[in-house]
Amino acid sequence: MYNFLDNIPAIPLAPWVESAMDWLTSNFSVFFDSIQKNGKLLMNQVTDLLVSIPAIVLILLVVIFAFFVTGKKFGLATFSLLGLLFIYNQGLWTHLMETTTLVLFSSIISIIIGIPLGILMSKSTIAENIIKPILDFMQTMPGFVYLIPAVAFFGIGIVPGVFASVIFALPPTVRMTNLGIRQVPKELVEAADSYGSTASQKLFKVEIPLAKSTIMAGINQTVMLSLSMVVIASMIGAPGLGREVLTALQRTQVGNGFVAGLSLVIFAIIIDRLTQSFNKKKAV
Amino acid sequence: MEKIKVEHVSKVFGKHIPQALELVKQQKSKTDILKETGATVGVYDASFTVNEGEIFVIMGLSGSGKSTLIRLLNRLIEPTSGNIFIDGENISKMGKESLRNVRRNKMSMVFQNFGLFPHRTLLQNTEYGLEIRGISKEERQAKAEQALENAGLLAYKDQYPSQLSGGMQQRVGLARALANDPEILLMDEAFSALDPLIRKEMQDELLDLQRTLKKTILFITHDLNEALRIGDRIAIMKDGSIIQIGTGEEILTNPANDYVKTFVEDVDRSKVLTAENVMVRPVYVNVDLDGPTVALKRMRQEAVSLLMAVDKNRHLKGYITADDALAAAKKHEQTVHSIVQSEVLTVPPDMLLQDILGMIHNSPTPIAVVKDERLLGVLIRGVVIEALSTSDEEATTHV
Ligand SMILES: Nc1ncnc2c1ncn2[C@@H]1O[C@H](COP(=O)(O)OP(=O)(O)O)[C@@H](O)[C@H]1O
Ligand SMILES: [Mg+2]
Repeated sequence: MYNFLDNIPAIPLAPWVESAMDWLTSNFSVFFDSIQKNGKLLMNQVTDLLVSIPAIVLILLVVIFAFFVTGKKFGLATFSLLGLLFIYNQGLWTHLMETTTLVLFSSIISIIIGIPLGILMSKSTIAENIIKPILDFMQTMPGFVYLIPAVAFFGIGIVPGVFASVIFALPPTVRMTNLGIRQVPKELVEAADSYGSTASQKLFKVEIPLAKSTIMAGINQTVMLSLSMVVIASMIGAPGLGREVLTALQRTQVGNGFVAGLSLVIFAIIIDRLTQSFNKKKAV
Repeated sequence: MEKIKVEHVSKVFGKHIPQALELVKQQKSKTDILKETGATVGVYDASFTVNEGEIFVIMGLSGSGKSTLIRLLNRLIEPTSGNIFIDGENISKMGKESLRNVRRNKMSMVFQNFGLFPHRTLLQNTEYGLEIRGISKEERQAKAEQALENAGLLAYKDQYPSQLSGGMQQRVGLARALANDPEILLMDEAFSALDPLIRKEMQDELLDLQRTLKKTILFITHDLNEALRIGDRIAIMKDGSIIQIGTGEEILTNPANDYVKTFVEDVDRSKVLTAENVMVRPVYVNVDLDGPTVALKRMRQEAVSLLMAVDKNRHLKGYITADDALAAAKKHEQTVHSIVQSEVLTVPPDMLLQDILGMIHNSPTPIAVVKDERLLGVLIRGVVIEALSTSDEEATTHV
């Protein structure tokens, strides 16, 4: 029995995957290169723009926004003010802006891909049966794993960082969009149909508005997941607060690591509360 | 004129549809078919026609296929077999585009739980049908406001459905349907979620509407009273099949089989309750025996201000009032003969309650129930009305 098992030659899965990747990278190198180059250019511009705004202006804008979006309460506004001032004070403002760009791009791309995919899933059971296991797979994989294809396609820097984040952060938006639309009460779908709505009228006038708070909950999770990829993505050269954490780790600078880590937590809390209260306010 | 024609329409849910249809033909029960094939028979071989301007009621117990049947008409559910014609056009063979046009222009649906969009105001809900047809904002708003005005709800137009009571919500549901000016209204248990009083009101409104607007209405209910009240004709369904179609009168007097008969037996009590069922024990004086003092004492005992007067054979002679008895007692009269008033309304014990209702309304005294001149009991207004209203509640909740 033992021998028998040993006698089966190893299935060459690793080489297969490798050659598939090779094939992709060599055949589409122009495509990947141009994404890398243009993506980097665009994101750097956004970061430059954010940095060019005086920090105090940006901080005040966030504070005011937080104040109104939470229903004119002072809690989040105060927290944002103190937190952001602290980050600025620690000399991490530019890194914070880089992280913002990374999170912004990966969230937006996730939403742009995720919502239509979720809609497709909700409309077709076949699509649901295909996409669901892929999402499960994507979510069970550790975020690190996505660094490998990201590097293979795009080398190092912010673009592969965004790529890996998108893969990691995409599933909640897709899932919750699907769920939200499937949860629209049957009678309301029937009402929309019985009055002669076209598929898109039904989608935009009834289903999406009614699924909105569920979709927003998915988007919130997506944003948080892409934020959690910030440190991991820094391992392949994505700039920002994550890189500060990583550097501190490599040099065992406990103090610096703590400050950068704390800044990330502050940023995460602000983003989380902002997207959540945005959702609450918009929900009917 | 024939507006809707349904020909041998069946709907089977699930797989193994041909086998399931074969089994229905062999008179197998729904549960057997489900067990053998895994398919559920929703509607089997339904055929009927609805005339223009008619209220056609489909009645049956829960699960008998009513909702499925009404949804086959606008193809919210695709028929498995059979044909459905509306104004001679075959709905079941229609392409998507033409079907959408029929839904937009010919028929509107009203739902059991109102089907209002919670994220839209009443006005926006009412405009929905017009909006998706691409009608300009001013025009559709004007029409929707008119529809809400007719429903008496214009003042609430900027509120959301959740802010309204059930009855008001269903008025909006109906207004939304009517704003489209459809020729046909499909109403699936539209009033079933409402409490009895509101429900009756809505039934009356629907009947009024029908008289003025002459819509063709397909109305579903599981309540026979409602069916009898509003239906020009009634179809009774059981396990997906239509087992009898006829006017209320035909179904009541000539039920097609035992199933219909048991169904019909708990029909509105006002039609079957008689005077005998609701009369109360009479309080009376014996004119041959009792004097005014005895009469007064009895009135005090029984807490009434009026006594029926009978002779020793308990034949009704009339009634006496407390005032007259008091006066007679003061005059030390020995009998009540002089104060008996003879003009009292009498009814036989088997008289129907619904016929009594009109009389009792105008009668200053209780009505006497009399058989062969003998006084059996009296009918008191409160008791009669109570009997009617309990029978109503029972009837609406019995399914
Ligand atoms: N989408 C569906 N899939 C499977 N079975 C269904 C579906 N809709 C209805 N049915 C079945 O069809 C039968 C008739 O249901 P329905 O038309 O809703 O009855 P009613 O409206 O008279 O209560 C029931 O046995 C029900 O379980
Ligand atoms: Mg039903």
